[in-house]
Amino acid sequence: MFDWIHNIPILSVVTYLPLVGALLILFMNKESGGSIRRFATLVAFVDFLISLPLWFEFERTGELFQFRESASWIPSIGVRYEFGIDGISLLLVLLTTLLGVISFLSSWSAIGEREKEYYIFMLLLQTGMLGVFMAMDFFLFYVFWEVMLVPMYFLIGIWGGPRKLYAAIKFFLYTLVGSVVMLLGVLALYFYNSSGLLGFEGLGNPRTFAILQFHEISALIPPSMQWWIFLAFFVGFAIKVPMFPFHTWLPDAHVEAPTAGSVILAGVLLKMGTYGFVRFSLPILPEGTRALLPWMVALSLIGIIYGALVAMAQKDMKKLVAYSSVSHLGFVMLGIFALNSAGLNGGILQMINHGLSTGALFLLVGVIYERRHTRMIADYGGLSSKMPLFATVFLIITMASIGLPTLNGFVGEFTILVGAFSRTWWWALVGAIGIVLGAAYMLWMFQRVFFGPLDNPDNEDLEDLNKRELLYLMPLVILCFWIGLYPKPFFAILEKPVDYIVRRVDADYAANVDVAAVTAPAEVSE
Amino acid sequence: MRWLWLIPVLPFLGAFLNGVVLRDRLGKKGVWMVACGSVLAALLVSVLAISGYLGSEQYSAHEPFEQSVYEWIPAGSMGLDDGSFADVSVEMGFLLDPLSCVMLFVVTFVGFWIHWFSVGYMDHEPGFQRYFTYLNLFMGMMLMLVLGNNYLVTFVGWEGVGLCSYLLIGFYFDEEFPPYAGRKAFIVNRVGDLAFLAGMFALVAHFGTLNYEKLFGTIEAEPALVQGDYVLGMTLATFVTLALFIGATGKSAQIPLHVWLPDAMAGPTPVSALIHAATMVTAGVYIVVRSNVLYQLAHGTSELVAIIGALTAIFAATIGLAQTDIKKVLAYSTVSQLGYMFLACGVGAYTAAIFHLMTHAFFKGLMFLGSGSVIHAMSGEQDMRKMGGLKEHLPWTYRTFVAGTLAIAGAPLLAGFFSKDQILAATWADHKLLWVVGLVTAGLTACYMFRLLFMTFHGPFRGSEEQHHHLHESPPSMTIPLIVLAVGAVFSGYVGIPKLGSIDINVFDHFVGQVVAHVGHGEHHASLGIELFLMALSVVVAFAGWWLARKYYGGDRGLAEGERWAAKFPTVHRWLFNKYYVDEAYDATAVRGTWACARGLFRFDSKFIDGVLVNGSRHLTVGISLLSGFFDKYFVDGLVNLVGVVSQSGSRFFRRLQTGLVSQYALVLLIGMAMLVWFYVVVGLRR
Repeated sequence: MFDWIHNIPILSVVTYLPLVGALLILFMNKESGGSIRRFATLVAFVDFLISLPLWFEFERTGELFQFRESASWIPSIGVRYEFGIDGISLLLVLLTTLLGVISFLSSWSAIGEREKEYYIFMLLLQTGMLGVFMAMDFFLFYVFWEVMLVPMYFLIGIWGGPRKLYAAIKFFLYTLVGSVVMLLGVLALYFYNSSGLLGFEGLGNPRTFAILQFHEISALIPPSMQWWIFLAFFVGFAIKVPMFPFHTWLPDAHVEAPTAGSVILAGVLLKMGTYGFVRFSLPILPEGTRALLPWMVALSLIGIIYGALVAMAQKDMKKLVAYSSVSHLGFVMLGIFALNSAGLNGGILQMINHGLSTGALFLLVGVIYERRHTRMIADYGGLSSKMPLFATVFLIITMASIGLPTLNGFVGEFTILVGAFSRTWWWALVGAIGIVLGAAYMLWMFQRVFFGPLDNPDNEDLEDLNKRELLYLMPLVILCFWIGLYPKPFFAILEKPVDYIVRRVDADYAANVDVAAVTAPAEVSE
Repeated sequence: MRWLWLIPVLPFLGAFLNGVVLRDRLGKKGVWMVACGSVLAALLVSVLAISGYLGSEQYSAHEPFEQSVYEWIPAGSMGLDDGSFADVSVEMGFLLDPLSCVMLFVVTFVGFWIHWFSVGYMDHEPGFQRYFTYLNLFMGMMLMLVLGNNYLVTFVGWEGVGLCSYLLIGFYFDEEFPPYAGRKAFIVNRVGDLAFLAGMFALVAHFGTLNYEKLFGTIEAEPALVQGDYVLGMTLATFVTLALFIGATGKSAQIPLHVWLPDAMAGPTPVSALIHAATMVTAGVYIVVRSNVLYQLAHGTSELVAIIGALTAIFAATIGLAQTDIKKVLAYSTVSQLGYMFLACGVGAYTAAIFHLMTHAFFKGLMFLGSGSVIHAMSGEQDMRKMGGLKEHLPWTYRTFVAGTLAIAGAPLLAGFFSKDQILAATWADHKLLWVVGLVTAGLTACYMFRLLFMTFHGPFRGSEEQHHHLHESPPSMTIPLIVLAVGAVFSGYVGIPKLGSIDINVFDHFVGQVVAHVGHGEHHASLGIELFLMALSVVVAFAGWWLARKYYGGDRGLAEGERWAAKFPTVHRWLFNKYYVDEAYDATAVRGTWACARGLFRFDSKFIDGVLVNGSRHLTVGISLLSGFFDKYFVDGLVNLVGVVSQSGSRFFRRLQTGLVSQYALVLLIGMAMLVWFYVVVGLRR
């Protein structure tokens, strides 16, 4: 049915369509905000529609990386234009395009000034993020990784709240520091693969940034070097995740960003960090991973508990959700560093789950912020009687976020904790404390906003969700239930890439588990 | 039996219809017809399924009927404790065996009648449709809990009923207290759930499955598998049973996690009857009995279960003596009776625990509904000090309430008599001290229940004139469920008449006994003489309880006697009335501690991590750049300028020499020559 996507460079189309849309908007009259926002949303929607066939056409048991595109780019230093997706990328790409449409829709009423620039930046952001998840050349990856910072910087800095400049600059500088250090790690790999560096003799391979080539040579990289490169990657990715103690840019950026910015930030941007660990740190640096494992797990566990406790003390809804992200991403990291299939499956699925439920939470906070222009919990109370529908959706998403069975969060958390438990039993128990705390802070917020007497006269005239708001919230609610009740299709997509990664980091697994041998696919020739 | 999966789905469907699809489009009548209809359908399908199962070959072969619906969580492969790798996958599946048959029947039967009762009770409440949506949702979750064929499906129900409990306790959301009580219930339960999860993880990590049949089959065949050293000096059996039991203390309100249940009475009264008496709170007992293989292999945990059960029983019963809120008394009574059930589990009398669970569901459900009828008549009043003399006005409520009170007090030949007696007999054989505790509790139970009965229905009316004016018997829609449950409270004990000598007509024991494994620590049986003696003794004790209650609260003198009694022991009364200050203790430690932690960490986060480290590095960078600017401006540039300054000032100095006067030049020349000559002469001579 979707055969045609094999005949076109589908990944490039999905990636650059928003860019083309942004270019077209440049030529539109900036006075006509209505047509700009409709056009931009249409572009995002078409992009989502085009990305959807990937789900159906992706062969679960086929090649690890599919829909590959390859072209020479800067031959003098071995840089190539390489695109391709495995199951992990596929899920993240779909999450990105879906949250894209949703955040565009949510912006219709939220953004009232300089709409033209706003939608241009939003579209550029889409292109940047999609490229990150598809790039199979480290140089290309780095380009997208950096490109995406710029529109986000402007989104926060122009359409943000009262402290927008502080937040925007903090976000930009913080992540930039991380990516520069990461680049050092990339360069170390690059030179080690070819001519050598710092007294290490190189492997003498042709110069390349191809990620799969680095996967290939992982066993040849000496442990001490792996340790250092892991650390360099860690700085880049951990800031993005964000892991404790590199998380403080997040609450500021989240609170100041416009709603759509927060949704994208929480839903997609944070996943780039965890994606980086899964795609690069683990398979390329198995020795480094094992050497630094205790530290990684310790930081993840601290993040889980610490984020939850700090969230409990928040008075601002957005800030509360922001800190809850620190806690949830701690779970993701715990799953990833359990280094077994269950943990990784859960961790990656939880990346998606967090994108859906936290994205939805930011949208919901945005809904009442638009009506009342305050995010302070204390300004609300008793909203259930005025906004029953809103309260219901909020409750469902809250439950998804605190991991109630039959909703998505539970499937992810359970799988993560099972994986962690089988690695070291008490990791899972410490992590599980986060579940109790999660219930505490989320339900307490819910109670203060929706229950009790409606005693603030400003809340008397609140209107319930309108059709547009329902339209963009419903897909998220449905997905939360889908993953909660029938997550099998998601696990099926992850099976192969996860097996591939575990095989690289766990020699025991590689020796004992005999699934159809998965090896890194050969380079695509020109 | 093929339609087993339909049983939980039907109430879910009802909730979905009322809550999402139709919302406000149905009138009240439509709402309750959908809600009650879906539960009735579930009841009918359950009865069909149970009878189908009893007639099936599986039943004759003592095998359960298992139905796998679909593969739910294919978590992926992982290393098990023995070093091998297994593909861990959890299915959505259901199980019908004698234990789930009993639970299924109790839940759907009692559940249906409480739904019916609610129609009348909630008639005047706003949020009628919301109420029935939640109630149906609860039924579906509870049925998942009792029907699940593996721990995780049970856990779905386990958490799901917790959610519904949260929603229903906080049903009157526009007041302050109910939402608080709901949240408290959810969070206290979550503490227990954490342990439940830990138990499941251990089982998965060891066996790679959570399926009941597979797990218990493996363990029964080879008990040594769970008896090796596991972690922290515990065996696997001990670890898992302890974890599950902690989970059970949360759900079933046992010490130390009992604090949420009395507050849960903030919800509508039928909810208290359904969730907080008959069904949800018994889930802990269910899970212990379900896992009895493991408990039998973990002697230490079993003993702990017995001790906690007995302690909770007597602890809650004493509190019940001093409460004045009719629902609070019933709530503590529930905690106490659940304690009995755990006591039974602890001494290995698993069938007795389930038996008591069943009879308790009838009589406690009945009494909660009865209290609902009373509260309904009293226009919302729950304080027994303002009641009295209601038996004239509420004849049917009174009669059924008497049946319930007699049943719980252990009056001979009523349901509670048989079930409580079995527990006490089994405890006697296992542990004499705990038996004494159980016996004393039986006396206390009779005492506080009759106190409640007398304060509410006997003596003079103590409420306001207006309340008196409004007193009325509830409509038939509410009294019929009372009568049905009263029949259960009176007669349901006859399925479990204890074995007396060679006469063995204990159908219940034989039926449920099939799920009790026989490994290690089992149930002890007392001899016939002892059994009869114990029976007589508990009757005497119950009688004593009744006598005390009658002495102080019977009669027509109102509350004077009772208050005089309480005044004799002021300290005791204060401690009992304030529930031993457990809530206060938690508040002072756990709650405040967490809060202090949260606030402290937030301060740490903003002041230290963000303030000192992040913004510090910003200030540092700014500082360094300022310094560099300074350095650049005053040193580097200063050096450059210095060159200029030096050459300029140097040239200014040397310019002075260029006077243009020949005589001056000649003088300087002369001096210079003189110095040279002097130099050469003096220095040269020295050499």
